[in-house]
Amino acid sequence: MKIPFKYIFRNFKNRKLTTGITVFGIALVVFVFSAVLMMAYGVQKTLIQTGSDENVLVARKSANGEISSILTQDVVDILNTLTQVAKNNEGRPVSSGETVVVINLIKKGTEGGMSNVTVRGVSDQVFTLRPHVKLTEGRMFLFGKRELIVGSSITKRFEGAQLGGKVRFAGDNWTIVGLFDTEGSGFDSEIWGDSEQLQDAFNRRGGFSTFTFRLNQKENFAELKTIFENDPRLQQFEPKIERKYFEEQSEAMAAFIRILGIFITIIFSLGSTIGAMITMYSAVANRTTEIGTFRALGFRRRSILGAFLLESLFISIIGGLIGLSLSSFLQFFKISTLNFSSFSELEFSFSLSPQIVIYTLSFALLMGLIGGFLPAVRASRMNIINALRAS
Amino acid sequence: MTPLVQVKNVVKIYKRDKLEIPVLQNISLDVPEGEFLALMGPSGSGKTTLLNLVSGIDQPTSGSIIVAGTDIAKLNESALAKWRSRNIGFVFQFYNLMPVLTAYDNVELPLLLTNLSKKEKKERVEMVLKVVGLADRMDHYPKQLSGGQQQRVAIARAVVSDPTLIIGDEPTGDLDRKSAEEILILLERLNQEFKKTIIMVTHDPHAAERARIIHHLEKGEFK
Amino acid sequence: MKMLKVIFKNALRHKLRAFLTIVGIAIAVVAFGVLRTVVTAWNAGVESSAANRLVTRQAISFIFPLPYAYREQVLKVQGVETVTWANWFGGTYIDKNQFFARMAIDPETFFEVYPEFKLTKQELENFKKEQNSCVLGRDIATKYNLKIGDIMNIDGDIYPGNWEFVVRGIYTPRDKNTDLTQMLFHWKYIDERLRKEMPGRAGEVGWYVTKIKNPNQSSAISEEIDNLFKNSRAETKTETERAFQQGFVTASGAIIGAMNFMSFVIIGIIMLVLGNTMIMSARERTQEYAVLKTLGFSGGHLIAFIGGESMVIAIIGGIVGLSLTFPLVNGIGMVIPKGFFPVFNIETSTLILAGISALLVGVAASIFPIFKALHTSIVDGLQHIG
Repeated sequence: MKIPFKYIFRNFKNRKLTTGITVFGIALVVFVFSAVLMMAYGVQKTLIQTGSDENVLVARKSANGEISSILTQDVVDILNTLTQVAKNNEGRPVSSGETVVVINLIKKGTEGGMSNVTVRGVSDQVFTLRPHVKLTEGRMFLFGKRELIVGSSITKRFEGAQLGGKVRFAGDNWTIVGLFDTEGSGFDSEIWGDSEQLQDAFNRRGGFSTFTFRLNQKENFAELKTIFENDPRLQQFEPKIERKYFEEQSEAMAAFIRILGIFITIIFSLGSTIGAMITMYSAVANRTTEIGTFRALGFRRRSILGAFLLESLFISIIGGLIGLSLSSFLQFFKISTLNFSSFSELEFSFSLSPQIVIYTLSFALLMGLIGGFLPAVRASRMNIINALRAS
Repeated sequence: MTPLVQVKNVVKIYKRDKLEIPVLQNISLDVPEGEFLALMGPSGSGKTTLLNLVSGIDQPTSGSIIVAGTDIAKLNESALAKWRSRNIGFVFQFYNLMPVLTAYDNVELPLLLTNLSKKEKKERVEMVLKVVGLADRMDHYPKQLSGGQQQRVAIARAVVSDPTLIIGDEPTGDLDRKSAEEILILLERLNQEFKKTIIMVTHDPHAAERARIIHHLEKGEFK
Repeated sequence: MKMLKVIFKNALRHKLRAFLTIVGIAIAVVAFGVLRTVVTAWNAGVESSAANRLVTRQAISFIFPLPYAYREQVLKVQGVETVTWANWFGGTYIDKNQFFARMAIDPETFFEVYPEFKLTKQELENFKKEQNSCVLGRDIATKYNLKIGDIMNIDGDIYPGNWEFVVRGIYTPRDKNTDLTQMLFHWKYIDERLRKEMPGRAGEVGWYVTKIKNPNQSSAISEEIDNLFKNSRAETKTETERAFQQGFVTASGAIIGAMNFMSFVIIGIIMLVLGNTMIMSARERTQEYAVLKTLGFSGGHLIAFIGGESMVIAIIGGIVGLSLTFPLVNGIGMVIPKGFFPVFNIETSTLILAGISALLVGVAASIFPIFKALHTSIVDGLQHIG
């Protein structure tokens, strides 16, 4: 590359309108592309944060989600006696047999529009088990009473889900006595109550959905797995690291967003690549004499090729940066959508990761490279004499 | 002493579709070092083609062109590009400056193909701009300069790499009489003071008069 | 006529650029068509739902069951013709990625309420006869290469255990948007096994579907049904099938919203591409337009020249794009898992919208160049260097 960068940069600045339009086109595509990745990553991040590395979640093997898993009281009793379950100071197992159900609540601002909400019945060790869950207002519900605590995003989005409010389901009124927050995990989109009260209300006494416990030592997980494989009473069930379990719950959703989104943005990118190509072809046509002059002065074909490619890459990277900085504002927004595996609405925010930044900018550069390549080849292949005569 | 430029039995035929258009028919020409040669002739006489061949931006159909001992008709394209950067300084009719670069940057362009240090480049550019009398305009863009001034920048660009040969294709063709005069004086000075060999195509008899020798081409042959 | 010829010639003057722009518009039209098809496919459940069907489910949540005993009571309500019921079975066929609806139904009444699921007389009879038999939608049968007489093994989750079914029928669609991706089997088969293994869960029904005589009475009948079970342990919520389906669509509102947003973005991108082309060609022709003005052509003529050129390109691009949308949507329909979008067809409204967008883009893209051409004085125009 012998052609000075100044030449490339000033030409970029020169035809402001046309270049600006092209930059904007690329920025739009990049915006959509990164927004999609950020959305998929947001879902994943939310669910990954939900689980802990130190906990193990036990569910029925063939169950696709927590709501379709069933564990009976006797299984829970067996699990509580496992030596791999951590004990608290009083020697009690740090575990929670959970009953997960989905109920309908009225969404705020939708004139009676209903949506599904996960209600999780938990056991009394749940705060030791999940220390990232913090009560922000009110108090913990009392075991044995029809009381609930509500996640921060539910409070925000649903009618009657505020402190002191009452939620009616299973033929009874449940009082909301506290609010909790986990700083952006999936639990924020849940309502918690007493596991046994829920079983009672829904007529499924002794029917848990899942069982989560703290491992006494992380290394013991392999050992635990063999126990599940060998004990005939446990063979129908599968232990998973809690974090991994919730991560898998996000996969269907994240993959759906990603595949659909990437498919769409690839089509979009064809549009703006063509835009870049048109702009670059016209840049080449407008500068034919200059190209001839460079060649006459002794610059080689590949320098010309490089200069025009670089100009195109320059347009695309500027577009990429603009698109990316626009989409980074999306991080301040939270949206909610139906999660396929829990059948209830999950609130999450768009989140950006270094990987997404790299993907996005490479994507922008790729558009510039493809859009600029043919015009640059045309520029480099021009006959000197014809090019000089072009004015 | 062998001449600097030896054109021997050069034939150039352009092909357009199936039609063959002979432009130069068995031309031979010697240009000794330090010469200031003007090529004249009507449009279509082949004078620009001959100039293009000598400057290595076009190749003959047959014959040889030896410049400073190298037969450039035998060089491949990339060798030719390198050869041009060392040996040829161009002055075009429409100046052909890069509109987005300053006078200084335009003059510096040929030096980007050399291995000179930054400091040497700077010295050279400033020196030639002084020679053409535009030292005070080096930060101006072409559109901020008059036609005559632009052509002087182009001449500075042509000599900055100290080439073997300076090629002018109607260097005064787009200028008013006064500016043209200044350009011709400058070329004359380069020839006499700096011993530059110059080959120039023109159809302006005034311009041709400045040269030491004039050749007339007509229908692809010398008259 | 002369004018039209000039417009066409101008549009195709830069062949490469015209070609690229047309390709760009065509791609955008295709993208628009595909996006809208996804959105309409999402809504397809709503569209295909009949107005004379009511869905009664547990008031709390669709995942909770209703007692089988409700059936008798619902049947007694005035205006109710037939009652059928179903349970969502779930489970896993082959592996967890093979997603399609698996439901336990009542063979006696189901096809009466859902006449759009077509079985031959023989198939229906065979299906009714054998308790562990099942029927499949045509698309699912094709996808897994299943024929009548084949055995399907389902690993149950909501209904634990291994379940074996024999394919006894393959149903075909009555309407264009009939869901062909369901697997249906006997509710009794499931219930009888539950009675032995988990007696606590026997006699449960996922939801009731009621066929009513007069669609206009739907809200009155819904209310009456719900009143039957007020203050019982399992209160019900009855709504038209359409409203029921709408609930699912609303829940995924964010994704639909994103798609709608994106279909606007793509129109924005087409506009930029065509606008860019128009600005470039108008700039290159500044001199020509000045000459035309000198010759006495009016502003109206210039508008016709520039706008016409833009429209020509937009229309060609639009036509190419629309004709490519069909094979592409069909291709996508074949690639995506069958259960995801049971119905994946291009709606007429999609085609009309895409066409209108292309035309609007043609108009919008020429506004700026026209404005510029009209406001450039003849003297400046003549001196302009491309």
